[in-house]
Amino acid sequence: MINISDSATKLNSLNRRMFILATAKIIILGGIVSRLFFLQVKENKKYLTLSDKNRIREWKLPPIRGEFQDYFGNTIAGNFEAYQLHIIPEEVEDFRYVIYRVKELLNLSEKQFKKIIKKKNEIKPWETLIVADNLSWEKFSKINNHLYDLNGVKPVISISRDYPYKENFTHVLGYVSQANENDLLTNKNIKEKFVPGLKVGKTGLEKSFEKNLIGSNSVERYEVNAYGRRISQLAFQKGDKGETIKLTIDTKIQELTNELLKEKAGSICVMDIYTGAIIAMHSSPSFDPNSFVFGISQDDWQLIRNNPMKPLVNKSLSGNYSPGSTIKPIVALSALENEVIGKDFTVQCKGHKNPLELYGQTYHCWKKEGHGFVNLREAMKQSCDTYFYEVARRLGVDRLSVTAKKFGLGEKVFRNIFDNEKKGLIPNTEWKKNALGRNWVLGETIITGIGQGFIQTTPIQLCLMTAQIANGGYKIYPKIVANDDNQYEDKFTPLYKKARNIKIVQDAMFSSTNEPRGTSYRSRLNDPKYQFAGKTGTSQVKKITEQDRELDLKTFQIPYEERDHALYVAFGPYKSPRYALSIIIEHGGSGGTVAAPLAKELFKMIVDRHEIRKNYDNKKYLDI
Amino acid sequence: MYQYRRFNNKNGFFQKFGNLDYVLLTCLLILGFISLATMYSTDGGEVLFHTKSHFIKFIVFFSMMIVISFINIKFWFSLGYLSYAIILGMLIWTVNFGITASGSKRWIDLYFLNLQPSELMKIFIILCLAKYFHRMKMQHVNSFYAISFSLIIIFVPMSLVIIQPDLGTSLLIAVSGIVVLWFAGLNHKYFFYSCLLSIISLPIIISFLKPYQKLRVLTFLNPDRDPLGAGYQIIQSKIAVGSGGITGKGFLKGTQSYLEFLPEKHTDFIFTLFSEEFGFIGSIVLLLIYAIIIYRVIRIGALSRSYFAKLFCYSFGTSIFIYIVINMSMVLGLVPIVGSPLPIMSYGGSSMLATMIGFGIVMSAKTHSQQSIA
Repeated sequence: MINISDSATKLNSLNRRMFILATAKIIILGGIVSRLFFLQVKENKKYLTLSDKNRIREWKLPPIRGEFQDYFGNTIAGNFEAYQLHIIPEEVEDFRYVIYRVKELLNLSEKQFKKIIKKKNEIKPWETLIVADNLSWEKFSKINNHLYDLNGVKPVISISRDYPYKENFTHVLGYVSQANENDLLTNKNIKEKFVPGLKVGKTGLEKSFEKNLIGSNSVERYEVNAYGRRISQLAFQKGDKGETIKLTIDTKIQELTNELLKEKAGSICVMDIYTGAIIAMHSSPSFDPNSFVFGISQDDWQLIRNNPMKPLVNKSLSGNYSPGSTIKPIVALSALENEVIGKDFTVQCKGHKNPLELYGQTYHCWKKEGHGFVNLREAMKQSCDTYFYEVARRLGVDRLSVTAKKFGLGEKVFRNIFDNEKKGLIPNTEWKKNALGRNWVLGETIITGIGQGFIQTTPIQLCLMTAQIANGGYKIYPKIVANDDNQYEDKFTPLYKKARNIKIVQDAMFSSTNEPRGTSYRSRLNDPKYQFAGKTGTSQVKKITEQDRELDLKTFQIPYEERDHALYVAFGPYKSPRYALSIIIEHGGSGGTVAAPLAKELFKMIVDRHEIRKNYDNKKYLDI
Repeated sequence: MYQYRRFNNKNGFFQKFGNLDYVLLTCLLILGFISLATMYSTDGGEVLFHTKSHFIKFIVFFSMMIVISFINIKFWFSLGYLSYAIILGMLIWTVNFGITASGSKRWIDLYFLNLQPSELMKIFIILCLAKYFHRMKMQHVNSFYAISFSLIIIFVPMSLVIIQPDLGTSLLIAVSGIVVLWFAGLNHKYFFYSCLLSIISLPIIISFLKPYQKLRVLTFLNPDRDPLGAGYQIIQSKIAVGSGGITGKGFLKGTQSYLEFLPEKHTDFIFTLFSEEFGFIGSIVLLLIYAIIIYRVIRIGALSRSYFAKLFCYSFGTSIFIYIVINMSMVLGLVPIVGSPLPIMSYGGSSMLATMIGFGIVMSAKTHSQQSIA
C-alpha cells in the first residue's frame, strides 16, 4: 500500500502540473487560432489570388488577321478556312494504329511522317498534335469518311491567310508566314499577341501595317489541375479581328499590269495625279504569296530566289534605274524655269559623224543620221540627245537637281510605308564631292541631261514626277491606303515659277506620242477620250562602244543582261489629265517599241475604269 | 461501502453504461462524421476507396472503444508492461520483416490490415510508463534509477522507429513518454537542462539528419527557396488554407485539393483540405471539438480515483493535444514538415486504432472512476 501522504503529494504534483500544462495548451491553441486568422482572414486575398493562379490558366488563340480590300471593297488579302487534322494523343486508344492509318489516307511521305512523330514526342499527351495544317478538300473529306476508324482524330477548320489574286498583289501586300524570333524582337505587337503558329507579315503592307492588321487574341480560360490538364472551361473572351485596310488600287488595272508584264522583268505604276492615289503598282515577275502561308518548300524557295529576273525584288519601289530620256521633261522644265533657254531655243543635231565633243569625249545622239535643227518641242518629240546635252551644259547639274528633287526624285515616295523603298539618287556637285571625294566634271552634267550616269530613279518616282507635271505642276503626296488622310501643308503648292513652262513641257510630251516622228507615235490613241502624252526612255545598262555603234545590233542579238532597259512615262487623257503612269521593262530594249505600247493598253482601261471609280466615289455604284 | 461499490462496478453493466462520458462520445462521433465528410471530399465527391475504408475503420474501432470502456481499468493497468513488450516485439518484427513503402519499413502485414506498430506505441508507451510511475514513491521519481529506466522505455521504441526510418512518429513517441515523465513529477530542472542541451546540440543533430530531412528544415525556414520541389507541399498547403477565407470555399469546392495541388491530402494534410472548404469558422469549430474532447479526457482523469488512471488520462489528453498542434502547425507552416497524422481525421488504420484504444482506456477510467488500483 502506498503511503497516504506520499500519494497525496503525488496527486498534488500531478494536478499542479496539469494546471500548468492546461494554461500552456490554451496559449498554444491561441497561437494556432491566430495563425489561422492570419492566413484565412488577414492574408486571404493574397492566397485566394495564388490559388486562382494555380488553378486558372489562360490560353491565347491566334488572332484573326484584318483584311486588305481594293478600292471597290474586293478582298485582296483575306482569310480562308484551312482544313486541318488534329490529334490529342491521350485521347487515342491505339496511337500507332491511328497514325499509320492517317499516314496511309493522306499519303504522307516518310519524312513528313517522321516529323509528326517527333512533334508528338515533344508535346504533353493532352496537348494538340497538328498532323496536317492545310489539307485539300478531297483529303479532308476522305478523313471524314474514315472517322469511324480513327478514334481521337479531329478534323478542324481553322482560319488562315488567303490571297485570292495570287501573284497580282504580292509586291504591294507582301505575304505572311510564321513569326520567327526576329519578328518577336522587333515588333512589340507581335510579341504581345504571339501564340505558336502565329502568322505575321514579312514584307510589304502586311508588314508595315502589322499593328493594325494583327487583331487581338481570343482568350480561353481553363481550370487546370496540378499537372496542367484542362478540367473545365471557365470563360471565353472573344478577340477582335484586325482592321480592314482599304487600298486605292483597282484590281482590274492591277491584273492588267500583271498581264502586260508577263514573262518580263519590270514594273508598272499608275497614279491619280490629283489625289496621289496609287491605282496600280506591280513588279514583275511576281510569285504566289499563298505558298508562304504554311511555309514554302525548299525547292520552291530556291526557284524563286535563283530566278535571274529577281521576283523577290519589288522593282517599283526598290529598283534603281537610270531614267534615260524620261528625265528630259524635267531637264527641259528646269532649263525653262531657270531661263537658260526659251521654248524656241534651237540646236543642230548632226548625227554620229559629227558628235558633240567635249574635252576629248564624244557624246552621240541615238539617231545615226541626226535630227538636224531642233527646237525644244521637236527635241522632246524625237528625244534628241544632242539637244539635251546642250541644254544640260547650259543649265548645270546643280540647278537640274533642284528641279528634279522638287518633283519627287531622289526622295522616298511613300516615306515610311514600305521598308524596302529606295531613294534613288539625284546627283549634284556637292554630292559627288562628299560621296566620292572628287570634283564634278562637265561630261557628267552632259550625260545627266539624258538620264544616264549617276542619276538613279525608281519607277514610282518617275510616276510621281510625271503626275506632278501632268497636274500642272502641283505637289501631291502619293498614297496607297484609301483612308490615309495625312494632311500635308504643302499639298498642291505650285512647283513651278511660271505655269507656262509646265504647259510647254506637257505639249512637248503630247507631241512625242501623238505626232508623226514622235518616239511613241505608234502607241498613240487617237480618240481624245483616251489620248495620252508621254515620254519614252531607253536607259543603257552598259557603255556603248564604238564597235557596238558600228554593229548597230538589234535587241534580241544582245545578251539579256546587256540589253537596255525600256522606260515610258505618260499621263492622260490629254484633254483633262487624271492619271499618270510609269513603265519599265528591264532589258526590254527601246522604250518606244517595248514600253510605250503597254501604255496604250493601260490607258484604254484606266480611262474606262475612271467612270466606275468616280461613280463608286459617289456611292451610286456599289458593285463592280 | 467500498465492497458494495466494487461489487457494483463488477456487475453493473447498466450502471457502466450510464457512466459513459456521452459528451466525449458525441464529440468523437461528430469528429468521425466530419472526417468521413472530408474523406468524401478528398475522393472528389464520390464514395471511393478512402471514404469506404475510413468509414469501416471508424465504425469498427469506435465499437472497439465502447467494448474497451466496459473492461475494468485494472485490466489495462495489469496489461501495461505486457502490451508494451508486445508492441516492442512488433517493432522489431517490422524492422526485419516489415512492408516497405515509399522508402521506409513501417508496416506489418496482418492480412486484413497493414498494421503500423509505431502508431500503437504512441499510446502504449503512455500505458507502460503510467503503470511504472503508479507504484513509485514520490521521492523515487527523481532517482537516477527511475529516470534511466523510464528513458530506456522511451528510447528503445524510439530508436526502432527511427531506423524504419520515421522521424515524425519516433518524435511523437518520445513526446508521449516525456509527457508522462512530466506528470509523474520529474524535476523541472531536468526538462530545462535537456531543452538547453538539445538547443546547443541542434547543429550536431542536424548534421546527422538524412538529406531529405535537412531539406525539410531548410524548406521550413524558407519555403520559397524551391517552390516546385521541397517547398511545394507547404506552399500549396498555405495557399489552400489561406484561400479558404472566413467561410471557406464550400464543401467539395476546395480547388486546391480537387485539382490535386495538395499533397498527402488524405493523411497529414487533411486539415488543409477541411480548412480550405470550411474556412476560418469551420477550423475554429473543429478546434473547439478537439478542445472539448481533450477537456473531457482531462476531466475524466481529474475525476478518477486511481493515480494510474489520472496519469494515463492527463498524458493521453496532452499527447493528443500535442499531435493536433504539431499536425496543424505543420500544415500552417509553423513547424517543419514531419509526418504526423491528425488524430481521427487523417486516413490511416493504425493511427485510428491507437487513438480509439486510448479513448477506450480513458472511457474505461470513466466507467470505473471509483476503481482504485493497488
